[in-house]
Amino acid sequence: MPPSDLPDDAARVLSADKAAVSRALNLVEDRRPEAQTAVTELLAALKDAPKAAGGHRVGLTGPPGVGKSTLTSALARSVRRGGRTVGVVAIDPSSIRSGGSLLGDRARMSFDPSDAGLFVRSLATAGEVGGLAYAANSAVRVLAAAYDMVVIETTGVGQSEIDIMHVADTVVLVVQPGSGDVLQFLKAGIMEIPDILVVNKADQDELAQRAVADLRGALQTARAVGATGGRDAGWEPPIVATSATKGTGIDELIAALDGHRKHLEATLATRRRQGEVQWALDLFTRKHGEHGLSTLGGAAQLQARAERDLDDGETPLSLCEHLSREYVAALGKTP
Amino acid sequence: MAEDGKLKRDKPWIMRTYSGHSTAAASNALYRTNLAKGQTGLSVAFDLPTQTGYDADDPLARGEVGKVGVPVSHIGDMRALFDGLPLDQMNTSMTINATAVWLLSLYVAAAEDQGVDPSVLRGTTQNDIIKEYLSRGTHIFPPAASMRLITDLITYTVKDVPKWNPINVCSYHLQEAGATPTQELAYALVTAIGVLDAVKATGRVPASEFGNVVGRMSFFVNAGIRFVEELCKMRAFVELWDRVTRERYGVTDPKQRRFRYGVQVNSLGLTEQQPENNVIRIVLEMLAVTLSKDARARAIQLPAWNEALGLPRPWDQQWSLRAQQILAYESDLLEYADLFKGSEVVEAQTQRLVESAWAEVQEVLKRGGAVEAVESGYIKQRLVESNAARLRAIESGDQVVVGVNKYVDGAPSPLTENLDEAILTIDPEVDAAQRAALVRWKEERDNAAVEQALAELQRVAKADENMMAPSIAAAHAGVTTGEWANTLRQVWGEYRAPTGVAGAIVKASGSGPAAETIARLRKRLAELEARMGRRAKLLVGKPGLDGHSNGAEQIAIKARDVGFDVVYEGIRVSPEQIVASALEEGVHLIGLSILSGSHLALVPEVVERLREAGLGDIPVVAGGIIPEVDAERLRRGGVAAVYTPKDFELDNIMSDLIDLVDRRHAAE
Ligand code: B12
Ligand SMILES: Nc1nc2c(ncn2[C@@H]2O[C@H](COP(=O)(O)OP(=O)(O)OP(=O)(O)O)[C@@H](O)[C@H]2O)c(=O)[nH]1
Ligand SMILES: [Mg+2]
Repeated sequence: MPPSDLPDDAARVLSADKAAVSRALNLVEDRRPEAQTAVTELLAALKDAPKAAGGHRVGLTGPPGVGKSTLTSALARSVRRGGRTVGVVAIDPSSIRSGGSLLGDRARMSFDPSDAGLFVRSLATAGEVGGLAYAANSAVRVLAAAYDMVVIETTGVGQSEIDIMHVADTVVLVVQPGSGDVLQFLKAGIMEIPDILVVNKADQDELAQRAVADLRGALQTARAVGATGGRDAGWEPPIVATSATKGTGIDELIAALDGHRKHLEATLATRRRQGEVQWALDLFTRKHGEHGLSTLGGAAQLQARAERDLDDGETPLSLCEHLSREYVAALGKTP
Repeated sequence: MAEDGKLKRDKPWIMRTYSGHSTAAASNALYRTNLAKGQTGLSVAFDLPTQTGYDADDPLARGEVGKVGVPVSHIGDMRALFDGLPLDQMNTSMTINATAVWLLSLYVAAAEDQGVDPSVLRGTTQNDIIKEYLSRGTHIFPPAASMRLITDLITYTVKDVPKWNPINVCSYHLQEAGATPTQELAYALVTAIGVLDAVKATGRVPASEFGNVVGRMSFFVNAGIRFVEELCKMRAFVELWDRVTRERYGVTDPKQRRFRYGVQVNSLGLTEQQPENNVIRIVLEMLAVTLSKDARARAIQLPAWNEALGLPRPWDQQWSLRAQQILAYESDLLEYADLFKGSEVVEAQTQRLVESAWAEVQEVLKRGGAVEAVESGYIKQRLVESNAARLRAIESGDQVVVGVNKYVDGAPSPLTENLDEAILTIDPEVDAAQRAALVRWKEERDNAAVEQALAELQRVAKADENMMAPSIAAAHAGVTTGEWANTLRQVWGEYRAPTGVAGAIVKASGSGPAAETIARLRKRLAELEARMGRRAKLLVGKPGLDGHSNGAEQIAIKARDVGFDVVYEGIRVSPEQIVASALEEGVHLIGLSILSGSHLALVPEVVERLREAGLGDIPVVAGGIIPEVDAERLRRGGVAAVYTPKDFELDNIMSDLIDLVDRRHAAE
């Protein structure tokens, strides 16, 4: 592939030219320091894309094997039928030993290969401390500039449930009937309330209804004992039963997604910005701990700094890297 | 010895040759000569479009029509296939699964046309769709619909065609996908249990007659080169099946509890190098399933010496048939009672297998049974892991394969002097001829009757009734294989099975030369990543209807283990899809795997479409059963490298792949 010609490519991304979108994704995945300027320029050029502002970034998370990929596939097909275009980022874990990965989510999705309005990119976590891939945030920004809806499928393990909040407008937690997963999550306190809960594999009506009822009960209990924080007091997370294989419940899921997107309308810009700030700081803290934070002036100061820098075109990744360098330099000075 | 002083010999097993190719007429001629050579049963190989429910004119059938078997699109083809072969006298085994209900319907309808009462028909429909998801790859519908088709066929024949074996529960294909003896035993048994439980759940068989169903269950088993252990495996099967039928289903009649099985011996271990050695392997493997009188096969078909080269010619198959005949008729094997009764060694090994297999049966049942363990990917992943361990042992030399990793030098073989002619090649005109014949068929039939038959088929598919009756009616009406399957696809949908690769864990040795090689490859990929900015990304694609997934799976996990990011989407992906994936995923390299013989149609198509999509600079490699003349053609057409089974050292392949990415990056 020839090296990309930036302004031209950005324009083509906006028109959802697949080759250009693919090149742009390759670029944001590029970890070479010399690529960073180009990444920053590209993302800046895509920042005010009409699709990005009006679009919807949906994060799907949940334990391995609950059907996230199958559901992504069913969801994307339905959304396409409704006329909107869809970009998908599917994230799988990298092997710690080899650095390689088997990107298996795509195998569970079936799409018309000639559909210009649908794009799927698999990303490996590439050893990030969190559950999201290194370039996930930037990849989402690229796809958001090209497609109406962006769906992010996480690995569902490790930190990805938290990370996904930083890149998605709407977080959907997927569970299966009778698995008790939700209760586990809530008890462990590692998860704030997702915006939407999906009980997938609800292939039979009866089973589905029971599962939804169980889940509702569990949520209420959890709330009563204060086990859930909830990042949005004004939103009652709906519970939707789906069968990704049979295609049932998908329309309800789309309605729930649209409902949440509408609910966010006024606060969306802040939410997205907040997510990025948070992600940059989380990445940095995971690498360098509290000591890192305090060395660079403490959480509050870094927060303000992050907001400023992100406004100036930094990405969470590049910001984190800058902060790391500063921290290392600071360490060098203090004996 | 009998009274008259003559030796009383057991009746030999049924001898078959798995065959069929090109057209119904050509296959009919082949069956007649096979029978004339002393073969005692027929074994029909269908082409992949017929097995996966497509007509010859479907775009997905491109390159596959009449290749690996006979195309049967409608009752006219079925009549031609058995022309002059009276069906009341045949014992016909049909390797057919997803479309088994349909092919049996055509067979029944053809028999009726011959004036034969279906109730006298004898033979076998493979009809084990569970193992299709795990190994064989010709499934169409989701598991629940497949299970329904399986049980519909069983409940039909048990009542209406009582001598028919409605299902061959297959462990053969599991071993071909890497299964250990324990896994082969366990997964075949859980499949049989899943099927019998499902038949019970239909409520169509009165409890008093359930023993008849159990009695008609038959198995299709493998026998590998560790033939003593395999012999014990067969004895373990007999014991375990007796246990299951007695304890789980309460069958009291010992005849209905008998473990009845047919065999094809191992083909996965047959080599491309020094292929003449395969004959010795085949004969040893046959001993495992014949020596024990108490656990002897009912029917045997053997692969041929040139298995890893391509399709066998009639002479190649004849050589294997002769091996059976010599064992059965020349040797004294059939004069003795069971040779191993009371043997402590055989008994101890048998018990070890019984115990380990029973533990794995319990594990799968705990996970909800065969269907659940297929859907969750549990069994598939176990198979992929076993296969990886096997390949690694061959690569390291821990498992000796003569002519491959030991004793590799030898005199040139006269058998392979002219390698390109040492296999059967199918006339490429067959495809067009079959398509033209299909057009004629559709013009000449009563299309109103066809519409009506399809409507009825659809109605029954949505209802709780047996699919056999409307399928037999559709066969008589002139419905085609593609029409039958497409009608059901619309009702039940299609299914892509788990690939088993993502979670597959390969235990690697921490030190020694093998570990050093891996470390070197990993280092190269890490350096390449630093230079390219991204990790090298490989797309492994399986275009066409080919279900041979072993090679693609093993390449995919090996590539991950040396450090590639790997996208593998499973079997039966169209060239369009492969190109779309390459574009969207931003891959550095594409590897295609094709073993069904359709490489000359499919590989150039992918290469061409890549060019059209502006991706002509991504290197493409191909692997599979690709004769050297064809490989040369592919390379001339722009394919960077071609690999065949003789390239068993995966580390070398990986090194080549890294070179390709490296060179392309350097050229940028
Ligand atoms: C195992 C096997 C099966 C298994 C497959 C299990 C599975 N899930 O893979 C089962 C029993 C299911 C099976 C079924 C059939 N089989 Co089969 N099978 C074989 C067999 C014995 C071995 C293939 C194998 O797995 N080898 C082990 C793997 C690791 O090796 P490999 O795939 O060759 O890969 C190596 C290289 O080729 C290369 N490579 C391969 N792919 C790739 C990809 C990349 C990117 C790279 C870099 C390298 C690479 O690297 C690998 C490492 O060495 C071959 C004969 C033989 N001995 O080769 C016949 C064979 C391939 N089968 C054959 C046939 C006809 C069938 C059927 C179609 C029969 C029928 N009519 O129904 C069925 C249906 C299958 C289907 N759905 O398509 C024929 C094909 C004939 C032809 N090409 O002209 C063969 C050649 C046997 C024969 N001589 O008749 N089969
Ligand atoms: N019965 C049923 N099975 C489903 C449904 N959705 C997914 N599955 C099956 O569940 C298995 C896992 O599905 P995936 O879509 O790969 O699940 P996932 O959550 O993406 O898995 P990971 O990415 O590995 O975490 C597959 O066998 C699917 O066919 C459903 O609605 N009903
Ligand atoms: Mg997934």
